Amino acid sequence: MTAINVVVNGKSYTREVEPRLLLVDFIRDTLSLTGTNIACDTSQCGACTIHLDGQAVKSCTVLAVQADGSTITTIEGLANGKLHPMQQAFWDQHGLQCGYCTPGMIMAAAKLVEDNPEITEAEIRHGLEGNLCRCTGYQNIIAAVAQAAKA
Amino acid sequence: MYPSKFDYVRAQSVEEAVERTSSHSNAKILAGGHSLIPALKLRLAQPDLLVDLGRIAALKGISRHNGTVSVGALTTHAACAASDDLPKVWSEAAGLIGDPQVRNRGTVGGNIAHADPASDLPTVLIALGAQIHVQGTAGPRAIPADEFFVDLFTTSLEEGEIITRVEVPVESNQGSAYTKVFNPASRYAILGVAAQVAIAGGVCRQLRVAAGGSTPKAIRAHHVEAALQGQPINDTTIQHAAAAIADDLGEEVIGDMYASAAYRRSIAAQIAARALSAAAARAR
Ligand SMILES: Cc1cc2nc3c(=O)[nH]c(=O)nc-3n(C[C@H](O)[C@H](O)[C@H](O)COP(=O)(O)OP(=O)(O)OC[C@H]3O[C@@H](n4cnc5c(N)ncnc54)[C@H](O)[C@@H]3O)c2cc1C
Ligand code: FES
Ligand code: FES
Repeated sequence: MTAINVVVNGKSYTREVEPRLLLVDFIRDTLSLTGTNIACDTSQCGACTIHLDGQAVKSCTVLAVQADGSTITTIEGLANGKLHPMQQAFWDQHGLQCGYCTPGMIMAAAKLVEDNPEITEAEIRHGLEGNLCRCTGYQNIIAAVAQAAKA
Repeated sequence: MYPSKFDYVRAQSVEEAVERTSSHSNAKILAGGHSLIPALKLRLAQPDLLVDLGRIAALKGISRHNGTVSVGALTTHAACAASDDLPKVWSEAAGLIGDPQVRNRGTVGGNIAHADPASDLPTVLIALGAQIHVQGTAGPRAIPADEFFVDLFTTSLEEGEIITRVEVPVESNQGSAYTKVFNPASRYAILGVAAQVAIAGGVCRQLRVAAGGSTPKAIRAHHVEAALQGQPINDTTIQHAAAAIADDLGEEVIGDMYASAAYRRSIAAQIAARALSAAAARAR
């Protein structure tokens, strides 16, 4: 076991973990923050996307021990009193069907817009290449991200 | 999916990482983990010890001095894609790797150490004439990219050797470009062509071309180079030279679930022509 300390959604946690524990399982099972989903478990779909030290990453492909000393934001930490503009936009534009891909989509999209506030539709499509929606509701997802970029 | 059990250490320096990996019989280096962790989950790799390079600051970053650019092994593809110091062929290829999340984790050293035939960087580094700097128990050495990639997932790294940085020559009169056809799910290359050219008086003075994604390892496109070297640069000469890529790809063209060997052969000349045209347009 290895001791790690991480700040997740503003709260500090110190835990003993097995080196092979995936960050996504640490977040879901150890910290009981189950908003972050696991879908493919093969680094392809982006459902597990979180922010690790300010960058969007797929948490199924990071070991919890690699995150020691890091600051993490999950979907639970995005809203600040009221819904984050990206969450509000997904609501307004109906950017989800079953909702399984949604936490990852929102985390990836929030970073895209933060890094590029003038983002074009083509850049949104390109920027969400790492996020798959099995319901194929891409059109409304793109509309939601475009709305949030204007917000 | 769970990896099998392993111990974990975070190396504080390159020396420590070399010492830890070479003194252990079944240790593996961990960088961004975006090839290794999937392999651990599938239990294709079952090391007893992971030596994490992740916090060695000296291995990160891009610096330019006296006609060369040096890129630390731990530099991410996202950082390379955003860099103005790198030759265009490298930043362009880096921006086409996977997706933003993958580019935020995947590193230069991990990419080339893994030597996946579908990776982009081996092709780019061969075209750039890169030197791959490594550190082992016997000390440091530099390996030319042309000699670094040996076969499918096989490099000329010795046991316990760690890539520290990659150095590429940069000359302001050169133009370079990367063109790829990719697997739409992962973005790994089905075929990628990298070209770097210098033009004087409308004539091709210097040219390096490489191809990857369709052969067990990335290859230098000597036939394409020979066909264009010393020729005036125009659509006709570019098309003619690009067609020679069939000879460079040779008999060992990969066919898999993503694309047949025949498909790869049929697109090769067009992809090579696009890379050559784009590189020529950027050369001054
Ligand atoms: C969904 C997905 C899509 C991808 N698409 C592409 C793509 O389109 N094009 C592309 O080129 N790549 C692609 N990749 C690969 C990615 O770009 C990473 O570069 C690659 O995973 C390796 O880098 P890493 O830092 O993650 O290495 P790791 O996974 O940490 O390590 C990979 C291997 O290299 C060894 N290693 C790592 N660093 C060193 C070092 N400094 N010295 C010696 N050995 C070392 C490790 O021991 C291991 O064997 C993709 C990956 C994923 C998950
Ligand atoms: S669950 Fe992590 S990428 Fe699909
Ligand atoms: S809404 Fe169902 S997977 Fe995207």
